[in-house]
Amino acid sequence: MNAHRATAAELGRGLRAREYSSVEITRHFLERVGRANPSLNAFLTVTAERALEDARRADLRIARSEGGPLTGVPLAHKDIFCAAGVLTTCGSRMLSNFVAPYDATVVERLAAAGMVLLGKTNMDEFAMGSSNETSYYGPVKNPWDTSKVPGGSSGGSAAAVAARLAPVATGTDTGGSIRQPGALTGLTGFKPTYGRVSRYGMIAFASSLDQAGVLAQSAEDAALVLGAMAGHDPRDSTSVNAPVPDYAAGLEMPVRGLKIGIIREFFGEGLESRTGGAVRAAIEAFRALGASVVEVSLPHLPLSVPTYYVVAPAECSSNLSRYDGVRFGHRCAEPRDLMDLYKRTRGEGFGAEVKRRIMTGTYVLSAGYYDAFYLKAQKVRSLINADFKRAFGEVDVLMGPTTPTPAFAIGAKIDDPILMYLNDIYTIGANLAGLPAVSVPCGMVDGLPVGLQIIGPHFAEERLLATAHAWQRETDWHRRLPPGYA
Amino acid sequence: MTLSRRDVENIAHLARLEITEAELPVYVGSLSAILEFVEQLSSAATEGVVPMAHPLEGQVQPLREDAVTESDRREAYQANAAAVEAGLYLVPKVIE
Repeated sequence: MNAHRATAAELGRGLRAREYSSVEITRHFLERVGRANPSLNAFLTVTAERALEDARRADLRIARSEGGPLTGVPLAHKDIFCAAGVLTTCGSRMLSNFVAPYDATVVERLAAAGMVLLGKTNMDEFAMGSSNETSYYGPVKNPWDTSKVPGGSSGGSAAAVAARLAPVATGTDTGGSIRQPGALTGLTGFKPTYGRVSRYGMIAFASSLDQAGVLAQSAEDAALVLGAMAGHDPRDSTSVNAPVPDYAAGLEMPVRGLKIGIIREFFGEGLESRTGGAVRAAIEAFRALGASVVEVSLPHLPLSVPTYYVVAPAECSSNLSRYDGVRFGHRCAEPRDLMDLYKRTRGEGFGAEVKRRIMTGTYVLSAGYYDAFYLKAQKVRSLINADFKRAFGEVDVLMGPTTPTPAFAIGAKIDDPILMYLNDIYTIGANLAGLPAVSVPCGMVDGLPVGLQIIGPHFAEERLLATAHAWQRETDWHRRLPPGYA
Repeated sequence: MTLSRRDVENIAHLARLEITEAELPVYVGSLSAILEFVEQLSSAATEGVVPMAHPLEGQVQPLREDAVTESDRREAYQANAAAVEAGLYLVPKVIE
């Protein structure tokens, strides 16, 4: 069976044409997971029984000609999304025993669309990391080269889709955690506008930045899955109450006349030359499709990493204060008193990077330092946002690299936090300004994928998906499979 | 900006994190490096700039009817707790 060579959209069409059943393709993907997961470590939990139940139900719907384009199509969820009755660890020892008592809205909506849950994917602990090495459950390997990282924090979802253990997977993006692993594994990684997708049941890291999205094989798949998961949710007060366009219907929007801005600040020092070359060539290729390309400058963008490493840890230190060993999660053995319970539970339950970020956040919010760090960072965030606004007054979309280099070696950066943080130098800006952005494969360097990043103004999802789709009609980078997984 | 061991011990206490003797120098080093790194923010001119608290302008906190929307699922939620008795969460004795 070749179901793994089909996109989610193609599988949906094949299912509705009765070329195969959902049970058949679900078994096929479960078998692939069983074979490849011991080496890739992409899945933390495989929900085989539930998957086959979901698939049987989907087949019944399809037999009655019910359901939609995703009914019966398998997927994997990043282990940051609560799925009722399923272990939900967030990559942490702290939640190593946490069985979610309810579904995240994303999980609920994709289940309602008829998608089949294969399992939960590995991730950096509490989504804090850019390499998937901070997971309590061990690093994920990049299917293109297992000595390399798949990126993070949605590294398990990226590796799972890249190796075609799942046709599509969910992710979350706080500073690049969908786009960066998408770039490093040759996928279409889509991060919607802040508030486009409900955060209910999605374990919080930095609430003013967190947004759910998709790791997919194509813009078409991203459009279908995003359309099914987006929309207003009264259970998330930051969820935007605006209608969700039919993203799949908008894919054919022409590129002719599109105004593209190349971000000057993204092509300076630190960008590996062949990665930069592949991205520049891709942007140039849009001219042939009838787009115009101009260089634009966003002078405050180089400050996005330091801004992020004040704002995100501050929000993280507050969000993660809920892990106290009382109501759920890890609890230390034989606490002497309440303080001992808190300190040992948190000391044991959190890994090194999470503790580092909690302490950074605690410091920048503490009396005497709040103005110098937190308030200053929120002001610089305003300046970065204003830079984007100015740029979108001149162009429709912005383009540049997603990452400074292709996938790096496991172990290369884990001992140097700053070096690791600089991986997200091109992705963080979109999070600070709440903008939608996508990474699409645009070349290979030494056998490793390179990503082109496209950033749009708020709620320009349709435009971004159509631009990515136009690119994928002209190229086949997104169709390439890692050797050994064909 | 260089933090001392005492500074880090104090931050860890505020954050309710137990840090071992072996971990302490590692955090002294990396937290100092991070604070030094974020100090480049001071190069930005921010006089009169309004701090950004939310990515979307004009989003207001929505209100809803003051009505009961949740059902009682105490047992389901407490199934995840380490120690429960008679529907109550157990913690070490707080009052002597």
